[in-house]
Order: sequence, then structure tokens, then C-alpha cells
Amino acid sequence: MNIRELELEVMRYDPEQDQEPHFQSYTVPCEEDWAILDAINYVKENLDTTLAYRWSCHMMVCGSCGMMINGEPSLTCKTFVRDLPDKVRVEPLANFPIERDLVVVLDDVMEKLERAKPYIIRKEPPPEDQEYTQSRGALYKFKQYTMCVNCMCCYSACPQYALDSSFIGPAVLTLAHRYNLDSRDQGKSDRLDILADQDGVWDCSFVGACSEVCPKSVDPAAAIQ
Amino acid sequence: MSRQPYVRPISKTTWYMRNGRYKRYMLREVTCLLVGFYSLLAIFGLAALASGTPQRWDAFLASQQNGLMVAVHAIALVYFLVYMTFDWFKLAPKAMPVQLGEKKLPALVIVIGHYLAWIVVSLVIFWLAGVI
Repeated sequence: MNIRELELEVMRYDPEQDQEPHFQSYTVPCEEDWAILDAINYVKENLDTTLAYRWSCHMMVCGSCGMMINGEPSLTCKTFVRDLPDKVRVEPLANFPIERDLVVVLDDVMEKLERAKPYIIRKEPPPEDQEYTQSRGALYKFKQYTMCVNCMCCYSACPQYALDSSFIGPAVLTLAHRYNLDSRDQGKSDRLDILADQDGVWDCSFVGACSEVCPKSVDPAAAIQ
Repeated sequence: MSRQPYVRPISKTTWYMRNGRYKRYMLREVTCLLVGFYSLLAIFGLAALASGTPQRWDAFLASQQNGLMVAVHAIALVYFLVYMTFDWFKLAPKAMPVQLGEKKLPALVIVIGHYLAWIVVSLVIFWLAGVI
């Protein structure tokens, strides 16, 4: 198996010692099928155990390994070393405060997510003798929006959120829209407060960057439109 | 251990220089200045027409036919095509997705539909203006 040396520039920030983040370089011998996450894991296991970052599934499902790779927000498990130059810069997701190294603070989005009521709301009691039925056509209206893994790459790509973090943002608006489109849901009016607010859909200026970087092709820009 | 999250600064005036995607967006949005320019031009033209004096209307038409104005119109046309028409037509499937039964109409079909409608509307306008 071919080994390729990768110069990995990683943003480091230790809140107890640093005034601001700085970059630290590591030389990583990568195997040809490695993703950037493998290279970061190599650093953690062999070169520097103090490096802090989030990851879990390594297969684009958990959404926790989103980072800036050469300035682009992406899942590190989906971004392969073979597609990148010999020098790669890894930073924490843009537009979020840095907790430590590559770990960002997501409290703001979590709070917004809760406000959007991303669950089925019923005004009428559920049918007693049967399950809710839903046609395939009704399912396909929103299925694409269920693919979101909350990686928050879209927030990192969104200049509107960067300039004004009171904007509800792409993923939360998409999730609210997903439930609004669900034929089993009756909570559309309950979500209007957050969607139609001045920090809701109206703040989107349709840059479209969220849809371009989304690793799951959810297309948040379409949901917002 | 104390938490001290670090907030990276962002420039309010040069944020769009960060990548090509943002620059393209700004180039598209700048077309609003051209829209403003043509709105003013339409007001001047209408004022000349409404004045009822053929000399004013002729003077307005003549002012649009000098070399400088023809160059401005040509540049504006190309700029509108590249950064307004192409860009917005490309985004149209996001703004108006069409679902037929279980399937969504492919984005390309919606984009082509817009171009066809644009050509038809343009031909009608040319016909009304007596150009064709």
C-alpha cells in the first residue's frame, strides 16, 4: 500500500493557556484510502494525545466530525486525503466559538433547534384503531430534508449567520420545514413564530453556500425558499 | 478548568473576500445598482414622453444613442446576463420545486423552462416594439 506524507496544519486553542488560536503542523504518513479524519486520528494516537476534536461513526451518519478543511466546511470522514494537496489546513467549524482545539460550542444552534419544535405536533387525537397512513408521494415531499445529520457545515458556510448569529440559520429552518411538509403534522402555525420572525427566513439572502457544502445533499437553501 | 470559548473575528466590510462563492454572490447582488440606474432612466424617459413636447422625447432618444450610452447599455446587458439571468435561473429550482406524484421534476427541466419562457417573452416584446 502506498504511503503519502501529508503536512497537516491543525488549529490549536487551549483556553487555559492561549489568548488566541494558533496552528501546529504534523507530518502524517497517510494510506491511500484515508480520510482526513484518519489523519487526525493518527495524530491523536501517535503524535499528540492532547489534540481535542469530535468524531464518532466515521460513515457520515453522526455528523460530529465537521471541520474546516482548507477553508471549506466538510465532514472529515467524507473528505479523502487523495483528493487534497500535500498540505492541508484543518480548523474548527467557522462561525462558532472555539471550545478547545477543533471542538466548537454549538449551544446557540441547539437552543434554536429546540425553539423550532422539530417533532410531529398533533391538534387532533391519534387514530385509535390504525396507524397514521402516509402515501409515498407525501413522504417524498420532505424526505430529502430528513437526511440532515446536524453537522452544522451549513452554518459555517452561511455568511448571514457569520455576520449576525441571531439568524435562525439553514439547518434549523430546514428541519422546521421538514415537519411543516409532513402530512401527519399539524403544528405549522406553532412554528410560525420562529420561521416568520425577523431572524427567521427573511434574514436569508440566498447566497446558497449552505446547499453547496451540505455533505448529505439536503439543500437547505431550497427548504428556506 | 474554566471555559473561555474563543470567538474568531469577522470583518463586516470584507467578509465576502473569503472565498469565490461569496464573491460571485456579491457580483450578483451588485446588479441592484444597474436596476436602480435603469429605473431612473425609465423615469427620465417617461417624463420626456409625458411632457408632450416631441423635442424633449427626441432629445432623450438621442441621449441614449451616443457612443458612451451604447457602451454602457452593452456592458449592462452582458453583466445582467452573466450575474442576474444565469444565476437566478440556476437558482430557480430551489425557489420553485415541482413535485409530480412521487417524483420531483428534475432541476434542469425547470431551468430550461425558464429559458424558453424568457425567449418567448423577449420575442413578444420585440414584436410589440416593432423590431420583428
